[in-house]
Amino acid sequence: MAGRAEPLIRRGGGGIAAALCLALMAGPLLAVALRAGDSAGLGPGDWAAIRFTVTQAALSAVLSVALAVPAARALMRRRFPGRGLAITLLGAPFLLPTLVAVMGLLSVFGRNGLVSQGLAILGLPPLQIYGFHGVVLGHVFFNLPLVTRLLLQGWQGIPAERLRLSESLGFGPRETFRHLELPMLVRVVPGALLVVFLICTTSFAVALTLGGGPRATTVELAIYQAFRFDFDLGRAAMLAGVQVALCVAAVLALRLAPLPVGAGTGLDRNAVLRPPRGLPARLQDTVVIGLVLGFLLLPLGMLVVDGLPGLVLLPDTVWAAALRSLAVALGSVVVTLALAVPLAFRLAGARALWVEVAANLSIAVSPLVLGLGLFLIVLPLVDPRLMALPVTALVNALLSLPFVLRALVPAIHEVNAGYGRLAASLGMARADWLRHVVLPRVRGPLGFGAGLAAALSIGDLGVITLFADGARETLPLALFRLMGAYRLTEAAGAALVLLGLTLAVFWIFDRGGRGRAGL
Amino acid sequence: MKTHFIAAGLALTLTTGVVMADTPVLTVYTYDSFVADWGPGPAIETAFEARCGCDLQWVAAGDGAALLGRLRLEGARTGADVVLGLDTNLTDAAAKTGLFARHDLGAPSLDLPVGWDDDMFLPYDWGYFAFVHRADMAQVPGSFEELIALPDDVKIVIQDPRSSTPGLGLLLWVKAAYGDRAPEIWEGLAPHILTVTKGWSEAYGLFVEGEADMVLSYTTSPAYHLIAEGDPGYAAAAFEEGHYLQVEVAGAIASSDQLDLAQEFLRFMLTDAFQSVIPTTNWMYPAVTPEAGLPDGFETLIAPETALLYAPGEAAKMRDQALNEWLAALSR
Amino acid sequence: MLVCDDVVIRQDAFTLRAAWQVSAGDKVAVIGPSGAGKSTLLNAIAGFVPLSGGRLSWSGQDLGALDPGARPLTILFQDQNLFPHLTLAQNVALGLSPSLRLDRASRERVEAALERVGLGGLGARRPAQVSGGQASRTALARALLRQRPLLLLDEPFAALGPGLKTEMLSLVAEIVAETGATLLMVTHDPTDARHAADRVVFVDDGVADPPRPTDEVFAAPSPRLAAYLGTRP
Repeated sequence: MAGRAEPLIRRGGGGIAAALCLALMAGPLLAVALRAGDSAGLGPGDWAAIRFTVTQAALSAVLSVALAVPAARALMRRRFPGRGLAITLLGAPFLLPTLVAVMGLLSVFGRNGLVSQGLAILGLPPLQIYGFHGVVLGHVFFNLPLVTRLLLQGWQGIPAERLRLSESLGFGPRETFRHLELPMLVRVVPGALLVVFLICTTSFAVALTLGGGPRATTVELAIYQAFRFDFDLGRAAMLAGVQVALCVAAVLALRLAPLPVGAGTGLDRNAVLRPPRGLPARLQDTVVIGLVLGFLLLPLGMLVVDGLPGLVLLPDTVWAAALRSLAVALGSVVVTLALAVPLAFRLAGARALWVEVAANLSIAVSPLVLGLGLFLIVLPLVDPRLMALPVTALVNALLSLPFVLRALVPAIHEVNAGYGRLAASLGMARADWLRHVVLPRVRGPLGFGAGLAAALSIGDLGVITLFADGARETLPLALFRLMGAYRLTEAAGAALVLLGLTLAVFWIFDRGGRGRAGL
Repeated sequence: MKTHFIAAGLALTLTTGVVMADTPVLTVYTYDSFVADWGPGPAIETAFEARCGCDLQWVAAGDGAALLGRLRLEGARTGADVVLGLDTNLTDAAAKTGLFARHDLGAPSLDLPVGWDDDMFLPYDWGYFAFVHRADMAQVPGSFEELIALPDDVKIVIQDPRSSTPGLGLLLWVKAAYGDRAPEIWEGLAPHILTVTKGWSEAYGLFVEGEADMVLSYTTSPAYHLIAEGDPGYAAAAFEEGHYLQVEVAGAIASSDQLDLAQEFLRFMLTDAFQSVIPTTNWMYPAVTPEAGLPDGFETLIAPETALLYAPGEAAKMRDQALNEWLAALSR
Repeated sequence: MLVCDDVVIRQDAFTLRAAWQVSAGDKVAVIGPSGAGKSTLLNAIAGFVPLSGGRLSWSGQDLGALDPGARPLTILFQDQNLFPHLTLAQNVALGLSPSLRLDRASRERVEAALERVGLGGLGARRPAQVSGGQASRTALARALLRQRPLLLLDEPFAALGPGLKTEMLSLVAEIVAETGATLLMVTHDPTDARHAADRVVFVDDGVADPPRPTDEVFAAPSPRLAAYLGTRP
């Protein structure tokens, strides 16, 4: 009789999916550890790297979220031409390969970037972007848009009934914030903090380039050193273990936060957050939207400008690589959703620590170690070259999982809370419940998640390098090879193709998910 | 569902690789840029296949250090017959894997700035590390010390020795030129270092975008801009301490079932058909100057008077200390 | 016959006991102060709240073994009785087939049920596009199609105006008469109980009293009930 209160939540393969995720990440780590010979262990340099990693990741997470709150709020309550496009473009920095995004960022904020050139006209010295603040700026550039999207979904999740109630009670912006927006933020913000923190713990190229030197050594760079410079696989595995520990600690820390409370369910009536009247509020929103969009879109615009001349020079192999990347992305979406849906049900029900860790671990675990481990596992079985694309799709699916879940879990939680009883009282079978109730109601987050998985997969360079051979290159690999051969113009063209492709794929899935409702 | 997906992946991968039943296959591991369309790979593959009656298949794994890492991971199980793309900073560790066979060329005649007596690895090209700058740079330094003496707003971009081959080259360059004074040189350079990148591509990209005045690259880099782009606007700064040499080598895998073919490839590597491709695809100096000489434009490059190079064993011994000095000076 | 056999429901510090039965075809109003556990009692019968003791049965069949959807009853909640993304017709059709696989005959029955509650032709609308009263009618149409012998109303009409609520209760009365269902309805309005029920269960102080005829209850209320009704005995 026990457990009948939540009859439709716990059934299903959530446990299996979580176990699979854990195995897919622990397996490679173990493979690397087992293959290791004598290890020097962690040195003082490694501990400094861990300290730096945690500091910059925490600061980047806090800042990204703190800036995303006013940005999402302003975007939510204002309507302006091109708003939909702007929201789609928000996905871009996060989805681009870091190498490309950094180039875009520097073309605006670099020593020879737009801003510095403007300052030079005024006789002022150029911007100093390289340093600790540069690392944080880079990470905010990547993650602010992601958090903004997650928060926008939170705002959308406030039922229209509640908004109308607040209006009828004559709530001003302050009361609306306190009674509607703050409770929603309390629910969404911890997860967003966690995701950004974890993303930043595996950062390497961004941190090093914008950090200005070895002061900005992260754990991931220490892993590179262990593998490439010292060939100390034991230390590489140990450092990957540190990343796992950071992930567990972060998940635990967030469990101390108050339990998420559902926003409640409504009747799908369309209602928008009524924008506060008055010039100061309007001015404030305009400035916030302008700054955020400028900060995010200017670098993208520069990528477009820089990329156009290279577009006509692109060899056919780049287009073939683009197709291959697209195939990998679609495979990745299928795997992501197959894992994410059962996991989301499991997470929407009871909070089990190991499931939460399994769901978040993939962004915290070193892509290099993951690739090394999978390589070691695959090696005795089959020519690694044959597995290049499937492994890329699989790893990218794992990497997208935490983001997809971030969007999916609250939605499923709400469906369960709002309609679980009704469905149970009508005796709906699991399949019917999924098809007729859950899927239509979580279509938005699901489309967002699928788009994210596809786009992330197209832009990822992480694992394929170890498996790749001359022929089967993906688009990011082709781009990287162009850069490595002085072909910077063509590389800029390839970056533009990559930008276009990721955005198109993301837009199609996201749009499909939003359906009639619109954002 | 997953099996379908893997099958689809396999089908996708298989269709791009040509497998012929009777033809022997020679698998050559190399670095990424070697096999790219515009790299030496395609021309060399065509030329070698025309004479060997075999199928040459490239496997590209990142850069030289990643290549060695992959080889060490695979150990005796490696599918490589030939490994092409290590440099003398890596050959000591590569030799210690015990995977490589001796070559059968004896002492070939080579056009290197240094003598060569390695009986395992053969060089196929070489180049000097150098700081590349735009031709219109106001004050071009003629040594590390002159660079240090320039105003602090003259910036260079370098690569991290922990993740990049040129980065390691610079480390050894300073060490070879200054020995115990290396930490002092690094402290002097520190204010000029705009940033340190993961690899050569990022650094060179930043330089071309105008972020820095100079970038650590090769003396041959200006040749690319001149020959491929018709742009004479780049030059390398000649340093009076001399320039550190990078010698890129290949070796045959002893356990290969195509060892004869592998040795044939190494012999082919030093012929005109291979060497003449190198200058304008890999943008390095060929190990044996082709009969037709170097391409037009190479004569504009600086020719350092002193070539610095640690022997492989020395380089291996030196790098940990050099790295610590580098970290200490730049982490301040 | 619905039998509450020494039923005990515990939720944290709250306890509710019930030991009585309701005959088939009875119309029972469940009244009592708010927070007394009226809804909890209905939810326990519907299978959403576990029993801590005792046993519930319908016509000799133990309800404890059945999932909520398999129980011989239809429950209408205070809200969330309709899925907002489905049309009214689909919401009603769920009563015939939770998989929404409908043949022509079923579709006709759905349309007939909508006609019966006065919503003919509105089947294609979604809940957000109709009034509160129409939404309630939709839920009743579904109850009509499900033809379960027990109908539980957990104040589904509380949000409607007095006129509309009376209208709904009349509709309920008609449906119950047509289907011969047993009715258990929670209400906080004694007028509703007088109009729609022939028996009353008074819930207060951790106990759900056995049902007594409505007239009798209001004619001679117990001291507790009198206090709740605000009248003097």
